[in-house]
Amino acid sequence: MAGYLLRRLLSALVVLLLTTVLLALAVHLVPGDPARIVLGEHATPELIAMVRDRMGLDDPIALQVWHFVSGAVQGDLGTDFVQSVPVTSLIGQVLPDTLALAFASILLALLIGIPLGIALARWPGGVLDRVTHGLSMVFISAPAYVTSLVLLLLFAVKLRYLPAVGAGQAAEPVDYLRHLVLPAAALAVFWWGYLPRLLRATMLEVMGTQYIRNSRAFGVREPVIFYRYALRNALLPIVALFGLMIGYSLTGTVYAENIFARPGLGSLALTAISQRDWPVIRGVVLMYAVFFISANLLSDLSYRLLDPRIKLDDDVEGGG
Amino acid sequence: MAIADGDIASRPKSPGRLTGPKPLLWQVLGRPTGLIGLIVVLLTLATALAAPLVAPHDPRAISMGHRFKPPSATNLLGTDDLGRDNLSRVIYGARLAVEIAIPAVAGAFLVGLLLGLLAGYFGGWFDRGLVILIDTLLAFPSVILALALLTLVGHSIVNTALVVAISFFPYYARLTRGLALSTKHQTYVRAERALGAGRVRIMFVHLLPNILPPLLVVVAMDVPSAIVVEAGLAFLGLGVPPPAPDWGVLLNDGFLNVAISAWPLVGPLLALVFVTTGFTLLGETLRDITDPRQAGVRRPARFLGRGAR
Repeated sequence: MAGYLLRRLLSALVVLLLTTVLLALAVHLVPGDPARIVLGEHATPELIAMVRDRMGLDDPIALQVWHFVSGAVQGDLGTDFVQSVPVTSLIGQVLPDTLALAFASILLALLIGIPLGIALARWPGGVLDRVTHGLSMVFISAPAYVTSLVLLLLFAVKLRYLPAVGAGQAAEPVDYLRHLVLPAAALAVFWWGYLPRLLRATMLEVMGTQYIRNSRAFGVREPVIFYRYALRNALLPIVALFGLMIGYSLTGTVYAENIFARPGLGSLALTAISQRDWPVIRGVVLMYAVFFISANLLSDLSYRLLDPRIKLDDDVEGGG
Repeated sequence: MAIADGDIASRPKSPGRLTGPKPLLWQVLGRPTGLIGLIVVLLTLATALAAPLVAPHDPRAISMGHRFKPPSATNLLGTDDLGRDNLSRVIYGARLAVEIAIPAVAGAFLVGLLLGLLAGYFGGWFDRGLVILIDTLLAFPSVILALALLTLVGHSIVNTALVVAISFFPYYARLTRGLALSTKHQTYVRAERALGAGRVRIMFVHLLPNILPPLLVVVAMDVPSAIVVEAGLAFLGLGVPPPAPDWGVLLNDGFLNVAISAWPLVGPLLALVFVTTGFTLLGETLRDITDPRQAGVRRPARFLGRGAR
């Protein structure tokens, strides 16, 4: 176990380091003058000279990589081109909004997905089961920007129940939460399709095992078997999904933030792209990678910790 | 790559378990989900192919006198901010989506297949290097990776396809590698080696046909994922540039004018849900048939890995 932990941590660190190196190298991987690639074809010579200087493009490439990587390790991602503010402070300003959205969506996913899954497993083949089966396929398939736009159309434009724009004031919790509902729900839709089916499948599998049949033979009451014996085991795979849920939610925030005009990492990246502000783009991409790598790590470790019977082998499991 | 391509094509019929097209097709048709999925997929491809025949209007014909019209007999889904016919634009969008997604997925698959096969079969430093590269590329959510790349290379239709391919190929490399690893120690491969078969022969004549069928199912089902990423990038203003009638472009146009009219959004939203759900239904059915042990739900990675949504 300790060996696995150590190996998994080490590989995450190596990947993180390589990610940083790759981001430092990115402007050199595309053919052409890096300053011009960053600024576009219509940049003025003064701007190009400024960027050459600021990014140290005249230094040897190895030195440029070293500067970025050593800076990143110390929490310094450079300064942006537009306002000359440290990139980390730009990220710091919007990070809470993105994290709030990601966690709100996970919470919504669990609050609705798990009870629904329990109901499906309790009455398999029932009306609820048949109705949700087709719907869950739609929910699983719909991209985050589609769910966001549909919710925007329905609740913010047509019904006008909930605010459509911005994140609200953090000082006013009710207002802030009202602004969170629609984007968080948009990102939870996938899980509303997925979690109930998963829980239903694992519950039915568990209910067919020997220890459940034994408990029945001993006269344990059915609700006790269902909720206390079976559910506890069936929830295990869902706990192991947390890492993936974090990764999914964070990716989805790019779209949800854009559609609901919320401040956040995704909005920051899109603004930076429109302003050709490479240091900010690079910083945000690195931030996402850090979250993604940690989420994957968490996912693998929790899987392993929660169910010692599972032997995780990345090689055979594959990525698809 | 040329070798792999040639070898796949030159094989008359692979002896895999699920390659017999007829029984598999019958099985798919025998299930309602499979039937619906197949119809949707075929309908999408047919629309893409026959766009000029099906579309009632020129998707680029601007008519400033007819802006933001609600649905009518001439414009079944209304008109957009420049008076263009929404339905025609959605229909041509299907063509654009398929034109980008299929080459992107096919290219990613060929590269991933070759790399994965080599790494899985030979192992050693090449394998270790590839695994690290894959892990690094997979550390970026594909939308984020595509965003960063498109910023650098500039956006166009070709670059969009290229970027989608780059963000997809690591999955195929990893998947192929895993399959090659688990296949190469099987008895028939060892027997072949004992008989003196060369490495290239073993890889392409013996390993490939056996790992190809499950891979092809995965790959075919990734076409909608590619459409989703592609349209998502266009929606963010980073993929296919307007005025091309890409579904993402349509969504963005509609989104910017949502306060005036919601009709331009209806078509592309329905199209995306329709296509992705159809492919999902077909994919689930195929998986249930080819691997009954995994029936029901398992592994969200197929949907999540692409990080597309």
